[in-house]
Amino acid sequence: MAAGIRSQNEEMNPRAQIRMLPDGRRLHLHDGPIDVILEAFGPACEIEAAYRAASARFVTVLDELCGELSFLRQSCSPETAWPQGATARRMVAAVMPYAAEYFITPMAAVAGAVAEEILAAMVAAADLSSAYVNDGGDIALHMNPGEKFVVGMVERPDRPSLMGTTTVHAADSVRGIATSGWRGRSFSLGIADAVTVLADRAGAADAAATIIANAVDLPGHPAVVRVPACTLAPDTDLGDRLVTQAVGDLTAEDVNHALEAGARTAERLLKMGLIRTTALSLQGTARVVGPTGESRMIATSVHERGLVHA
Amino acid sequence: MADDAIRCDACPVLCYIKPGRTGSCDRYGNHEGKLVRLDPHVVLDRVLERGESVVPFLDRGRDWDGTLIHQGAASHGETFVTAIGAGTTYPDYKPAPFIISSQVEGVDMVTVVTEGIFSYCGVKVKIDTDRHLGPECGTVRAQGEAVGHVTTSEYGSQMLSLGGVRHLTGGSRKEGTATCDVLLSLCNGKAVELKIDDGAKVVVQAGQPPIVDGVQEERMRVGCGSATIGMFAKQWFGKVDDVVVVDDHITGVLSEHQAGKLLGVPETGIKLKGRRSTPGRYFQVAEPGTSWGGTDIEDPLTILGKFNAKKAWPGLRFLMVSTTGEHYGYFELDEDLKPREKDLPAALRESVARIKENCEPALCTVLFMGGAGGSLRAGVTENPVKLTHSVRDALTRVTCGGAPVYVWPGGGITFMADVSRMPQNAFGSVPTPALVAPIEFTLKLSDYAALGGYTDHVRPLSSIVAEKESRRRVAAHSENPWPLESGVKTKR
Repeated sequence: MAAGIRSQNEEMNPRAQIRMLPDGRRLHLHDGPIDVILEAFGPACEIEAAYRAASARFVTVLDELCGELSFLRQSCSPETAWPQGATARRMVAAVMPYAAEYFITPMAAVAGAVAEEILAAMVAAADLSSAYVNDGGDIALHMNPGEKFVVGMVERPDRPSLMGTTTVHAADSVRGIATSGWRGRSFSLGIADAVTVLADRAGAADAAATIIANAVDLPGHPAVVRVPACTLAPDTDLGDRLVTQAVGDLTAEDVNHALEAGARTAERLLKMGLIRTTALSLQGTARVVGPTGESRMIATSVHERGLVHA
Repeated sequence: MADDAIRCDACPVLCYIKPGRTGSCDRYGNHEGKLVRLDPHVVLDRVLERGESVVPFLDRGRDWDGTLIHQGAASHGETFVTAIGAGTTYPDYKPAPFIISSQVEGVDMVTVVTEGIFSYCGVKVKIDTDRHLGPECGTVRAQGEAVGHVTTSEYGSQMLSLGGVRHLTGGSRKEGTATCDVLLSLCNGKAVELKIDDGAKVVVQAGQPPIVDGVQEERMRVGCGSATIGMFAKQWFGKVDDVVVVDDHITGVLSEHQAGKLLGVPETGIKLKGRRSTPGRYFQVAEPGTSWGGTDIEDPLTILGKFNAKKAWPGLRFLMVSTTGEHYGYFELDEDLKPREKDLPAALRESVARIKENCEPALCTVLFMGGAGGSLRAGVTENPVKLTHSVRDALTRVTCGGAPVYVWPGGGITFMADVSRMPQNAFGSVPTPALVAPIEFTLKLSDYAALGGYTDHVRPLSSIVAEKESRRRVAAHSENPWPLESGVKTKR
């Protein structure tokens, strides 16, 4: 049966790589630009069922997205039609709250939406006490009552060293974590090193992190090098918008000013219920917007990619 | 697109990539107008940096097979090239296929990697069961051919010695082939059915419970009969008048055993057959077999004589139980002092369950044993005996598919290694017949030069890892010490 599933998956998509990490607990899924590390907790048979479901769902995700890629790269407006694919619909749902006011394309939520979609397949197939799906730092969480996750954070995505942790409890509504910043893999219009957002869903966190990171900015500042996105990547969804390529040393005043701009946006999103908590980081200074109780974000440290089960 | 962007067709995103840039995956890039794969696994390299290694299923078609493997914490993150699939050199005086250098704590280390053709090799199989598998020295057969023999049994385990040069090369062609097949299967973790002359049929597989005459063994005994009395005497005291723990080797009797005496258990007039060794400990109460405690008895009363009428009394209660708790019976003496079987009282049921609980799961374990005392050494150095000395002086570490080995003292490089600690399918065979096993020698570059190594054939690890051709990266076994770490002394 295992062999059957494997060959079936491979037949569907010979590119996709599906493997267990050497700890024997986590599953790694890779296809094109998608890199997912996930882990489920519960009885062994349920974990196995969840991993099978994740694998089966994963192998078609990239092809589905690419089938609607030109649509997903277009700016989203409240009148935008809905796409076909389940993941694509999650993307549009995540960015729609911003469509009237901001320039945003569904691609801003692609990583979070993929994480959500894989997690949904796992939770539907198996009775898990908890699970996470980490798509390149954008994380979807599942927790039964009483469960919690300790999320490790780093200050800069390009220098991964653990700076602090935050605990997400099942009783919180947080089920998604995402990080955005100009040093990350996708382009940013702002200058934040990292903006980490906790929200109710991974797609929502992803979109919000993009919006807030764009808002951490010092328009016209000479230390910021900006280039039209299309000169870097001809097919980018950002067209000729200026994206940040380098940020020189900033004064403490500049840093505060930029963070203040981001924090104002974050406050608005918080009031609208679009995010739960966010941490903004720029040149070693961090700021937190949202509840900062014991179970919340640690103010001095931010970011993605390390996830430890409590 | 008037610029020099190129279209990447590695995945359906079909990125346009400008010169000097990468696509959305960060893996494929445009290098001077050519699409190149830059870093194969960026995320995984980070995983590597965090001190975890990457992973079994790299080559295509060997993706995750749907089962969960349970290893402990992941081990060292560096790369160690094993000899598996390295190929062998023939004749042996040519340098080994891979002589690889890597830096460990600033010291250049050399690992000489080769697959040896072992004519002098075999496996030692430990089978956790008290059941009689066959007489010592009894011939073990596979496909009707003699492939080994029963050797000295150990505590709670029967031992087989299989293979060896005599079966591989000294008998008929068929015997050699059958032997080689059995060794190869066992070493690669596959199940093998063996038949022992005047004994049992047993299915053996490394890391799995043995199946003796069609019955899967569940438990390894808690101890011998006498030891079981010692362990549980207190729990029985006051709940029953006497207990017999039936064991083919040493049957124990509570009322006569030192443990019972200390508690003040009165004599019961019980009479055991067999040879009394010391008080309460009996040898040879029955013939060896696959029933109660490794004896041939189905009815435990057959090992008892008549109760002594001067000591015993009507209503005397006694328990008979095997060393795994698998067999048990509860009896009370009637007016004629004849044992009558009764339902096991609840108070005793607990103690029987306790015996079971304290048994470890029965497993078969397979150690590969081989000798690299011969010409294989010539692939490592022009001066073979120096390699032997270097191993003996602990300047050179020997590993077998990355697994630690025990090098037998004395001459040569005769070693044993647990096959379950090697990557899958680590072994091969040649029609000679002989087994092909991986073997790696790791030592400091300077020591390698000193013993006449082929230093001009040493390649940096990066050149091996960079080669795209079918290198399989596997996770280091979590229980294995990292082959490049410590253990190898620094020569003064």
